[in-house]
Amino acid sequence: MRKVVRGFYSVAHSVKLCRPNVIAAYPITPQTEIVENLASMYANGELGDCEYVTAESEFGAASILVGASAAGARTFTATCSQGLILMSEVLINAAGMRLPIVLVNTNRALSAPLSIWNDHQDSMTLRDAGIMQIHVESNQEAHDMIPVAFKVAENQRVMLPFIINMDGYKLTHAYEPIELLEQETVDEFLPPYDPPIYMTTKNPLTFGCYAPPHCYAEFRVVMQNAMDRARNELEKAYGEWAEITGRNWGGHIATENVDDAELIAITMGSLTGMVRDVISELRNQGKKVGLLKIRSLRPFPAKEIRNALKDVEKILVFERAVSFGHEGPVGIEVKSACFGLTPEFYSFAVGLGGRDIPREEILKIIGDVYDGKVEQGFHFRTVKPFEEVIV
Amino acid sequence: MSFFGPGHGACPGCGLTIATRNVLDALEGKCFVANSTGCLEIVSSQYERSAWGVPYIHSLFENVGAVAAGIDLALRALKRKDEGKVVVFAGDGATADIGVGTLSGMFDRNHDVIYICLDNEAYQNTGNQQSGLTPPGSNTTTTPVGKLLPGKLGNKKDMVAIAVAHGIPYVATASVAFHADLRRKVKKAAEIEGAKYIQIHSPCVTGWGIDGKQTIQSAKLAYETALYPIVEYENGELTRVRKIKDRKPVEEYLKIQRRFRHLFTHPKGKEIIEMLQKIADDNAAKFDLDV
Amino acid sequence: MKVRITLGGVSKPHSSKNMKTGDWGTEYPVVDEETCTACRTCEYLCPDSCIVVVEKDEKKVAVPDYDYCKGCGVCFSVCPVDAIRMELKEVYKLEVC
Repeated sequence: MRKVVRGFYSVAHSVKLCRPNVIAAYPITPQTEIVENLASMYANGELGDCEYVTAESEFGAASILVGASAAGARTFTATCSQGLILMSEVLINAAGMRLPIVLVNTNRALSAPLSIWNDHQDSMTLRDAGIMQIHVESNQEAHDMIPVAFKVAENQRVMLPFIINMDGYKLTHAYEPIELLEQETVDEFLPPYDPPIYMTTKNPLTFGCYAPPHCYAEFRVVMQNAMDRARNELEKAYGEWAEITGRNWGGHIATENVDDAELIAITMGSLTGMVRDVISELRNQGKKVGLLKIRSLRPFPAKEIRNALKDVEKILVFERAVSFGHEGPVGIEVKSACFGLTPEFYSFAVGLGGRDIPREEILKIIGDVYDGKVEQGFHFRTVKPFEEVIV
Repeated sequence: MSFFGPGHGACPGCGLTIATRNVLDALEGKCFVANSTGCLEIVSSQYERSAWGVPYIHSLFENVGAVAAGIDLALRALKRKDEGKVVVFAGDGATADIGVGTLSGMFDRNHDVIYICLDNEAYQNTGNQQSGLTPPGSNTTTTPVGKLLPGKLGNKKDMVAIAVAHGIPYVATASVAFHADLRRKVKKAAEIEGAKYIQIHSPCVTGWGIDGKQTIQSAKLAYETALYPIVEYENGELTRVRKIKDRKPVEEYLKIQRRFRHLFTHPKGKEIIEMLQKIADDNAAKFDLDV
Repeated sequence: MKVRITLGGVSKPHSSKNMKTGDWGTEYPVVDEETCTACRTCEYLCPDSCIVVVEKDEKKVAVPDYDYCKGCGVCFSVCPVDAIRMELKEVYKLEVC
């Protein structure tokens, strides 16, 4: 059924169809409406065998989901920014305990200074945690990826938490015509949660043991192996779901116009739409530019990225976060995949803290790099002239 | 075999393990245990050396209230509540300090959880640092006795009052000195729907500086001096106290423990002992403990 | 020999039973079976669950499990009829030269 709805509704609707058992909510702008919509559904009895609570903090919410997931429940929450960082201790703990908690992170800038507007700084800080992460470019993609997240996270060869990143406000609050999934479609793809082990008096296992040096290292190797298996399982799930829904978002990456491209622009998230539009205009001008959209951030598709970039002369990365003291994190990751190749490399941090990214700016950035008017390396764009003072 | 141990790594004579065993026995092992980081967790849940015979989870230090709430919600959603009761074992630090936020949330939502606070009056697993439930005058490594200071100067946080203030149906204190009373309270809590809080006084041989042979004796003296009242609240009303016949002066309790021995020689020791005696007298008055 | 790595580090119940803590203590409890009234106070209060009241020659008595007993002395300290005494282990009977 096709309906014009706001991003947060499309998320809540998709979560409902995945039949979660425990939802622990905590409000934080701009994801609050996701959990509000789920609360309405709960109040109307639409969530079936589900318990919904508002926790005392994001930390409490994530901890509730740890207990619930270990006891065999399918779990969900939504958060971003300060909330994501607050619950990071618990999510890292859940990753080590191999609990498939799914959450939607509505990318928002980090305090200080306080900002409720969109950039990717929050999720970027959790790259090392052993948690799977993908980025979506539209509300339809967010809606579609939720069943994929549950399916892959709960896969017995994977069993890791899963974060779906969607840009706060830009996607969550935007109206978009969405082809809403049907319950039967999701049921066909996503079976009930069947954990290989869970807390029960019938088989009283001890969860969350501590590991002395004689065995801790092997647990970390196993975590890496789980991520490697996730790489295959995620790609399989993308393909399987595309067959069922008829909407193919691509694999770990999606490329357009790259075959003969001299310059490839790399994006993640909602900026992709605008970059795609600018690239099509530049192509009409005869410029050989292409687009590479990164969908899976963890596990990182190094092979696919290297393959796509191996013959290109210029790589241009649009960053929505900064690894302070170094450069943009996506650039760091892409360069690590391209070690040994020798293209020119440019990265631009744009739209930090929700700063508007005008189309002309994107056009200028790509055009200038194509024409050789910019130095290589990391740059800030969409910033105003400023002076540093004390008071 | 009991539901806990043997083969765990607790110090010989450890009060926590006595309390834990009795709680699990009272529930006949029909329970889900959530345990915070601390002595109990460390001695009993090493990888491939678990002393637990019941389903058990350890997550982090400060979230055990929330983890237990999550288990409660899962059992409700999956219609498996009849499998057993959700029980929390948490130390005094995890309860009164770092975990008080998640504890408050769990109480507030009145989850069906029996929260057992194992009170050994300091962060004992990391070597005896002061916590909110450390009594005044204690020699701990972060409130050590020095030329100026006679140990901890602050009060013992009244977690019982905090629990009662949340309006939960059952709040009690207990002690390893009275094991039958402890088991009775746990059985009673198991029959009540909602959040229950039982604070069990559990002596720590290493941290308090006593011998295993004095574990039960020191717990008994804590009660006999009225420094640790054994009380019971149901639905906010004080329903039962363990009265004291021939209440002993606090010195009897303090002198046998290394953590208080300095009070008898330190220049500020006398006023601390007087403070502790006043606390004991106030307890006796508040709960009408003297027979 | 390969290290066993379980999913999320779960452990089997009572896997601690191969940690024989019986060699920890310097003392060990000896129960006077004549005096023992099988009241089970020691059984309820042993921190290591290693003294149980069993039927022995048609009498119920407390029997310590020396595989795990740490010699803490709690049982000795709580026995209402003083049926338990603590003995120093042979290996600790040192002569002062």
